[in-house]
Parts: sequence; structure tokens; C-alpha cells
Amino acid sequence: METAAADVVVTVNDLSLDFESNRSVVHAVKNVSFRMKRGKTLCLVGESGSGKSVTARSLMRLVDQAGRITKGRIILNIDGKSVDITALDPKGKEVRRLRGARIGLIFQEPMSSLSPFHSIGDQIDEVTQLHLGLDKKAARARTIELLRQVEIANPEVMADRYSFEYSGGMRQRVCIAMALACNPDILIADEPTTALDVTTQAEILDLIKRLQESRGMAMLLITHDMGVVAEVADEVAVMRRGEIVEFGTVDEIFHAPRHPYTRQLLDATLKLEHKSERRIAMKAAAPSHAQPVLSVRGLTKRYGDVKGFLGLGTTQGFRAVDGVDFDLYPGENLGIVGESGSGKTTVGRLILRIAEPTAGRVLYRRETGEQVDVATLTKPELRRFHQEVRLIFQDPFASLNPRMTVKQIVGDPLYIHRRAQGRELEERVAELLRLVGLDPSMMDRYPHAFSGGQRQRLGIARALALDPRVIIADEATSALDVSIRSQILDLLLDVQERLGLSFIFISHDISVVRYFCDRVAVMHKGRVVETGDAEKICTDPDEAYTKALISAVPSPDPRNKRMLHRHRFYATPESVN
Amino acid sequence: MSLHDNDLTLTTSAKPETGVPEMAGVRSATYQRAGQWRLAWWKFKRHKLAVAGGIVVLLVYFVAAFAEFLAPQDAGAYSARYTYAPPQRLHFWDESGFGLFVNAYKTEINKESFAREFVIDPEQKIPVGLFVKGAPYKLWGLIPSDIHLIGPLDPGQPMYLWGADRLGRDMLSRVIYGTRISMTIGLVGVGLSLFFGILLGGLSGYYGGQVDNIIQRVIEFLLAIPTIPLWMGLAAAIPPSLSPVQVYFMITVILSLIGWTGLARVIRGRFMAVKNEDFVVAARLDGASEMGIMLRHIAPSFASHIIASVTLAIPVMILSETALSFLGIGLRPPVVSWGVLLQEAQNIRSVATAPWLLLPGIAVIITVLALNFLGDGLRDAADPYSE
Repeated sequence: METAAADVVVTVNDLSLDFESNRSVVHAVKNVSFRMKRGKTLCLVGESGSGKSVTARSLMRLVDQAGRITKGRIILNIDGKSVDITALDPKGKEVRRLRGARIGLIFQEPMSSLSPFHSIGDQIDEVTQLHLGLDKKAARARTIELLRQVEIANPEVMADRYSFEYSGGMRQRVCIAMALACNPDILIADEPTTALDVTTQAEILDLIKRLQESRGMAMLLITHDMGVVAEVADEVAVMRRGEIVEFGTVDEIFHAPRHPYTRQLLDATLKLEHKSERRIAMKAAAPSHAQPVLSVRGLTKRYGDVKGFLGLGTTQGFRAVDGVDFDLYPGENLGIVGESGSGKTTVGRLILRIAEPTAGRVLYRRETGEQVDVATLTKPELRRFHQEVRLIFQDPFASLNPRMTVKQIVGDPLYIHRRAQGRELEERVAELLRLVGLDPSMMDRYPHAFSGGQRQRLGIARALALDPRVIIADEATSALDVSIRSQILDLLLDVQERLGLSFIFISHDISVVRYFCDRVAVMHKGRVVETGDAEKICTDPDEAYTKALISAVPSPDPRNKRMLHRHRFYATPESVN
Repeated sequence: MSLHDNDLTLTTSAKPETGVPEMAGVRSATYQRAGQWRLAWWKFKRHKLAVAGGIVVLLVYFVAAFAEFLAPQDAGAYSARYTYAPPQRLHFWDESGFGLFVNAYKTEINKESFAREFVIDPEQKIPVGLFVKGAPYKLWGLIPSDIHLIGPLDPGQPMYLWGADRLGRDMLSRVIYGTRISMTIGLVGVGLSLFFGILLGGLSGYYGGQVDNIIQRVIEFLLAIPTIPLWMGLAAAIPPSLSPVQVYFMITVILSLIGWTGLARVIRGRFMAVKNEDFVVAARLDGASEMGIMLRHIAPSFASHIIASVTLAIPVMILSETALSFLGIGLRPPVVSWGVLLQEAQNIRSVATAPWLLLPGIAVIITVLALNFLGDGLRDAADPYSE
């Protein structure tokens, strides 16, 4: 840990920051101190609301008006001079000169940080013209050079394109190029890969890491993902509720954590590295199953079909889901994994007929043993089907009506189907709340009184209200912090054990699927590329795409960096477009 | 380190910013049990200007409701002796202590123009009382009375707190009576616009497709009709046998048949935004019927917006009444409304000699501002879950 003082680029000393609203004060950052060294990566890791982003933004004095630095200093050591950033006027010239020129920033959302009105080249040109005083020609030459460095193919042509012509990963590359345009000494990356798919994440992290090392920058990487930390960090600061609870080298943090919170975070992450023991036990106890409860055959959804005159010249639209087949057996957890745009969410919606399938069949076996095709059900039959097959939503905030009390929300299905009324309804809701680990006395509260994890429990309670047989969970844990994620998964397993349900678990998160599911179907561009046992898919897949996907998942062990030695999947020319 | 029941996000601020201070204990329990309307009320209360606007609006409607009692005189009572009498100041203290009085007028001849002018005579006092007997009236056309809030103790003596017009009519009384007409006559129009707006906008937004297409084209057609010529045409086309109030009422009704378009578009937008929200999909999967989804799940989410847009529609209606009456194609005398009163102030000569004729204009400005502030505050508070 003994490093020459000259290597320290940023020193943050005892920093505190408050957010003031009309009558209340939130202490967003409390007595935070750390140092950043040249050529090293410091990871600020913590769950939502821990103050990690605010800390990073205060380095650039980019915190909202309401936020005020109450204490502490941020000292910048560059070119042999030291500047106290906290003493500068946040709107002043000096700060503006530092931003962009000495400190580069990469945002989480590459979509919203680029202007759709200017070409990519113009936007990068502007940075170098402003900060380095280059003329137009020199700026464009520099832009093309930067685009080449961030590995954008054909940079001369791509510079004249607009941000909407770039994919998410390419946009993030452009943001990196912009952040690097003036050769900054410090690079701040605020959740740079959270909005990206796992394979893209691997590429971007790989790129950032290489650029940082070759340029000898100090990097501050903010993330909630312990896997990402293990892959790229040199030093780690764990934040919780505005405070740094532990600071150390990446090896210390992962292999000898001292603070209980760090251990808790790691446990929650590591827990999802293998299959749930509970599930293994449950599986062993369960009898080998007979016939599938749900069979999907040739399920297809096309968008934008154009019908020609008299059926001539009909053109087929985009195939979101393309001939998907799978079976769900009673008591089984089937995972559907895939990256964004793979059609996995659409599959869930087609099964429930929230969207109408273009072709294919969804065969559902009732308790009586008769099999019905969901695609041809009439309205009353569909209502009955919806009682037996329920959905858990991804977003715990949008899926609960903010204008209804918990009792109304959870009891709504019971009320609609006249299963219970008055006192009986209340008792049933109380029972459901207890089942999902909530206090029944919370019944008359509104959703805004609950945290994300608690809301997801409410969503589960609503799904369970009608004694379903199958639950489709669409990214049910992806909006949650890692520690809550495993709690919710355990809750689902618990409920499954008690009620004998089957789950279709749709997720982009391999670790969650591995923990929860027995079998996995991997989707890519609307097709199922591989189906098999969850453990096999996650450790030893057969298909090239699955291999690339699995190996891109960051491993939460700094001694065993997986991502940087990953398999790469080269799409066949046909599937490029 | 059991992870169960240790929901870490519990302590972080995962709640929407409603401006409610996070005080421990009691307050937070009320907060958790607070529904949409209570949250909106808390948010509204922070908007000081809107609260002030709300109080003014309530006062104005109070005046409109009790016009007969509050006005010292009948709106039509005239006096040839006091044409263009200037406003008198109300004095609260006489020599013997508290006592209301106004000074009487005396006439003087202006030495330059040789015109007769009223001058306040400080020597003469006209005692004024509260709850005095005056001209008889029927409150709301039902309850006979002759008690007025304020008036001269001797009904024969002049009291013109806001001056008099060219027929010697009391401006204060006329503005008070005008409030009633101006503040209420368009409400029916707004109500009708609201009805059509919600119905057609709701259908358009919920069903989409062909229904939406047809309704939107109809709206575009209606919006293309120029309103002022339409008003003038309608004013000419309505049979002259109707009373002026009936004529105006008919015009507002006809205009509201066009006026719903704006509201319909707002409602359609809200419906489109909400109908694909997860909680609506959830309700559909719960088995709720179309009507149930609309009434139980979608409609409450913009009930507050409707209230806000109604509040903002009332000033528009007041202004259009004023403008049209001023142009002579809205209400006509003997009906008393703010616009009709302002007609008196159309020529420079009367404004130069009697500037108090512009007082109804101030009433319009204050009311419209108050309603706009109120409407803004309501709109901000309308959705306590946004931000």
C-alpha cells in the first residue's frame, strides 16, 4: 500500500454532502475519505442509495443545486500543482476547465448522454475544440483517432453518423471516446455497463481497462455488481448509507473482508454462484414427473407484417419470437435466458396472450388432465386460464397501482372473481402477506410506503391470491439490489415448496437462473438455441452462443478473472443484420 | 448474518418526493397510510401562491352567492342626481370613537370647463351602518329580506364607495352583481365540455385504432373553425325574443360543443400512457372487465388532472365572456356582468372623467390570476406520484 505521494492524483478528505429539501436534510455522503492513484482503478461499490454516485459527481462538482458540501476537501494533484476542488465555484471557469480536460466522465445511460441532433463526429469535435483549442480539421482527425482507439470499425464513415444509428454498446464506446478526448488524468465511470447486455458489458469493461492501463489514468468505477469489481478493480471502497464501511485492495475485500456488510454483500453474490441447495433437496424429494403442464410449440410473433393486395406480395415483418418450443413440467422451474431483444419477454406475454401470437400453439393441461390451446381460448376460458397461470412483473414500482391500498391490490383478484368479501377477504389478504413475509398490519398502507423488495413481495402475494398452478416471473428480480434479489428468490422457492407451483423464470441474469432453475432455455434473436439442465448450461454449454454468453458473466473472484478470457461469439453473416 | 428480513433498501429513500418531511413515528405512519388525495393536499399546501389563489377564488364565489346581501344597492337602482359621482372614502372613526361614515357630496362649477363636478364635502357626514335595512330583495329569488351588509342608515342618502356610473348607479353593487353572472354563466359550458371531453377522449385513448382515428379527425375539423366569427354569427342567428341571458347561455352551450376538443386530447393522452402501464396489465390478468379497468384503475389516476384543467378552463370562460360582452356580442344590458360593465369604459371621455369605471377590469384581473394560480398549484399537486 506504500506508494509514492506523487502517484496520488486525487485525495478526498472527510467529505460530507447534504441534500436539503424544504424541511428535511438527507446526509447523502458522510465523512468519506479515499485516494486515487495514477494507473490504478478504484471501485466504489454499494447498493442503491448508498451515495456512491453523489460522491463521484462531487469530484466534478456536478451535484444538483440542492446538494451542498458541508465538510471536507477534494484535492487534485496534477502537473505538480494541487487544487482544492471544493473551494471552486461549481459554475466557475476553473471547474469547467477541469471537467472534460482533466477529469473524464462516462455515464450509465449511453442513450441519453448523446445528442440525437448532432453527428457523433461533431459531438467529439466539440470537446477537443473547446478544451484543446484545436481547429476543425485537427479536431476531426483527433476524433477519428479516438474512435479507432475505442474500436469502432470504419471510424471515418461512422463519425458522420448519428447516435440513433449506433447500438447501445457502440454508444457507450463513443462516450468513452468523448471522455478520453482531452487525455484526462482521471476517468470516472458511473455504472458504465449497467444498461448493457452481459456480452457487451464484457467488451466495454475490457476496453476501459485496456485504455486506462495504456494511458496510465486513475479510474474511479462506480458499480453495484461485485462481479464487475472483481474483474477490474485494484482497490475497493464499499459504501453503505453514505459512508465508506471498508476500504482495501480487491484481494483483501474478496478474500478477507472485515466489515459485516462487505461479507453480507459477498455472500449474497456468491450465493447466486451455484444452485440453491434447497432446490436440490426439493428436486430430489419430488417424484419424476408425468406430463408437461405447459407445452409451447412453434410459437411465433412477427411485428410489422404487411399484407399485399389479395394476399399477393405479402412481406413478413420482424420476427420477435421465431418458432419457440419448450415444455414445463409440474413442480419444475424453467429458466428462459437471453440478452435484450432476444424475445424472452415476448414469449412470456404470448403465453398469457397479453400479445397475440402470430403462429404456434401454447398447450395448457388443466388439473383434470384435459389439454387446451391457449391461443384459441374464448374470453371466459381465458379468464379462467389467467387464474391458474399468473405473472410477476419486473418493475415493482410500475406494477402496483399507487392509488390503491395494499389490501385492494392484493385482494383485487379475489374481489373480481368473487372469491371472498369483507372480513373474509381481509383474512385472506393477511394470510397472503404473511406468506410473503410481510406484516398483515401493513394492509391499509399505500405502495409508496414500501421499498423495492417489499413491493416485489406484494406483487408475489397478488400472483398467489388465486392459488395458481404456474407462475411466469418476468425479470422479477432484476430491479432489485443483490442482497434483496436472493431473498426474493428464496421466498419464491419457499412458496413453491408450500404450494407446489411451477415457474417460468425469464431473466437476463445467468446467476439468478442458475440459482433458481432446474432447466434453462437460452434464447438468441427470437429462437431457442439451447435447452438443457441448468447446471450444465451454466458450466459446460454446447452451443457457441451460450458459451460466449456464459463466459462473459463476471466472476466474483479477483483470483479467477473469467470475463477477460472469455469466449467470443462471432455471429454468422446472416444474423448480423 | 441472516439475510432474511433484512431488506436493505428499507432504509434508503425509495419513496417518491412528495415534500413531506420525514419525521419519526406518528407522522411517518400517517404518511404510509396517506392516499392519493391526502398526498396531493400536502403537496398543494406547499404551493403558497396557489393556496392564496384558492382563498381568493373562494371569496369571489362567496360574493357571487350572496350578491344581494353584500351589495349596498340594487344593481339597477339609478339616481339622476349623482351621475358620475366619485368614490367616497369609508371612515371608521368619528369624534366620539368608532363609527362608520362617509362624507357627502357638494357640487361645484369647474372654473375652466364650466362643467358641474362633484366634490367631497368634509363638513357633512353620512352615517353608515352594518346590517342595515335597505332596498328589499329576495335572496336566490326565494328568501325575502331587506338587510344589507353595509349601507347608509338613512336609505335616501348617497353612498358610492366605488363611485357611480353615468346613470348614477352604484359601481360596487353592480360589480358584485356582475360577479354572479360572470362566474357562473360559463360553468354549464365547462361542464358540458368536460363531459364530452372525458367520454370521447377516453374512448379514443382506450380503444385506439379506428375509433381513435375517427375521433381525432373530428377534433381536428372542429379546431379548424374560427371562433370569433362563429360567435358573431351565432349572436345574430339566435331569435331576438330570448332574454340576453338566455342568448348568452345558448352561445356558451354551442361553444362548449367545440370546447371539449382540448380536454379530449389531454384525456386521450393520459389513457394511452396509462393503459399499457404494468398495473393495468396486472388488473387485466387479474380478470378485471374493461369497464372495471377504466373505472377502478385508470380513471382515478387522472381525476386530479381533470380538476386542475377545469380550474384552468374557468378563467378562459370569464375572459371570453368579458371580451364578447365588451364587443357587444355577448351579454347585453340590462344584464349585469363584468364585460357589460366594462362596455361603459369604452370611450376615452368617460374614462378620463370617471376612471372608477375601470374597476370591473380589476375584478377580472384578480379573479383570473387567482384561478390561474390555483389551477397551476392543483396541476402540480395533481399527481403526487410523479417526479
